[in-house]
Amino acid sequence: MTLFDIIDILDAKVLVGRDRLNMEVKTAFSADLLSDVLAFAKAGSLLLTGLTNPQIVRTSSILDIAAIVLVRGKVAPDETLRLADELDIPILSTRYILFETSGRLYEHGIKGCVEKVGRDDYVSL
Amino acid sequence: MSFNYEQSFTIQGGNFTDAGEVSVFIKKTLQKMGIPSEILRRVAIATYESEINIISYAKAGVIYIRVTPENIIINIDDEGPGIENIELAMRAGYSTADEKIREMGFGAGMGIPNIINCSDDFTLTSEVSKGTHLKIIINISTN
Amino acid sequence: MKLSHIAKELKFKIKCGEELLERDVSGGYVGDLLSDVMANSKKGNLWITRQTHQNIVAVASLKDLAGIVLVQGKEPDADALEKASIEGIPILVTELSSFDVAGKLYILLS
Repeated sequence: MTLFDIIDILDAKVLVGRDRLNMEVKTAFSADLLSDVLAFAKAGSLLLTGLTNPQIVRTSSILDIAAIVLVRGKVAPDETLRLADELDIPILSTRYILFETSGRLYEHGIKGCVEKVGRDDYVSL
Repeated sequence: MSFNYEQSFTIQGGNFTDAGEVSVFIKKTLQKMGIPSEILRRVAIATYESEINIISYAKAGVIYIRVTPENIIINIDDEGPGIENIELAMRAGYSTADEKIREMGFGAGMGIPNIINCSDDFTLTSEVSKGTHLKIIINISTN
Repeated sequence: MKLSHIAKELKFKIKCGEELLERDVSGGYVGDLLSDVMANSKKGNLWITRQTHQNIVAVASLKDLAGIVLVQGKEPDADALEKASIEGIPILVTELSSFDVAGKLYILLS
């Protein structure tokens, strides 16, 4: 589906990227820990997050994330919006919480995605 | 395809505003060179997590990257407090991050474990009150 | 909806709190920043997270959450498990990603 459809499903506002709404997405990754986004999010996915700092944009740029959806009605600060504009990454904002945002997208056919990067032998506690 | 590139980047500690800028630049540069996306991803994780570590904990640091036809070598050197317990730092979930870093979405204690996970070869040395040195090698090979 | 039903439908592995699963689940909450979960989750919510350290138990306890679901096959830390057993907080594990398990739970609860 396109970002137009996503906007409908999530009753979302467009913060950045009004001219890119034809973009197609099939997968989504939700996270508030950027290390996890770096390690697991698939290129071309939506990133669903409650974080609003410029880091989400840089992380998305590095990973070729398609677009960012901010949850819980969050509005990003100017520096985040400027960076998103510069790096060409659309940002939408929905009033729904991350759980409901995920739920609504899942209901409409968006799938989760987990990228496997590198080796698998994490050192753990 | 013959890869041949090297560059050094200086990063200021505490510069959270620009955090990630170097990593984005490196990624775009390597992407233009035709480095495969799986490798790009691993380089991205290694450089980004390192950049965040320098900014979060050190006074300043340097990321040096060298791309050859065989591999990518990333050296990270910082001037900072150093790591007191390297074994702990290498454990998933161990973090010394403060509130500011956590609010950014980092500080989950996965930085070094994620870097290790992406490396084909990894060295970490540190001296308390002086700084930390990481060397990461990622092989460019057709498996 | 009972947590036991959800755990069965979504094939969760039960790490602790097996005897506590007859409690009701009011909804789901997804979050990894403890301050966010403290501020915004509701009583009886099933908390979906990838945080595995013992602080999650304190949060779940304080907010009266129904339980904690760890995603992508993450195992709770040993001390988290111990604390959860004492505090009476069920910890469950799913192989699914946060997005997928939230999606499935959302549909189940609707």
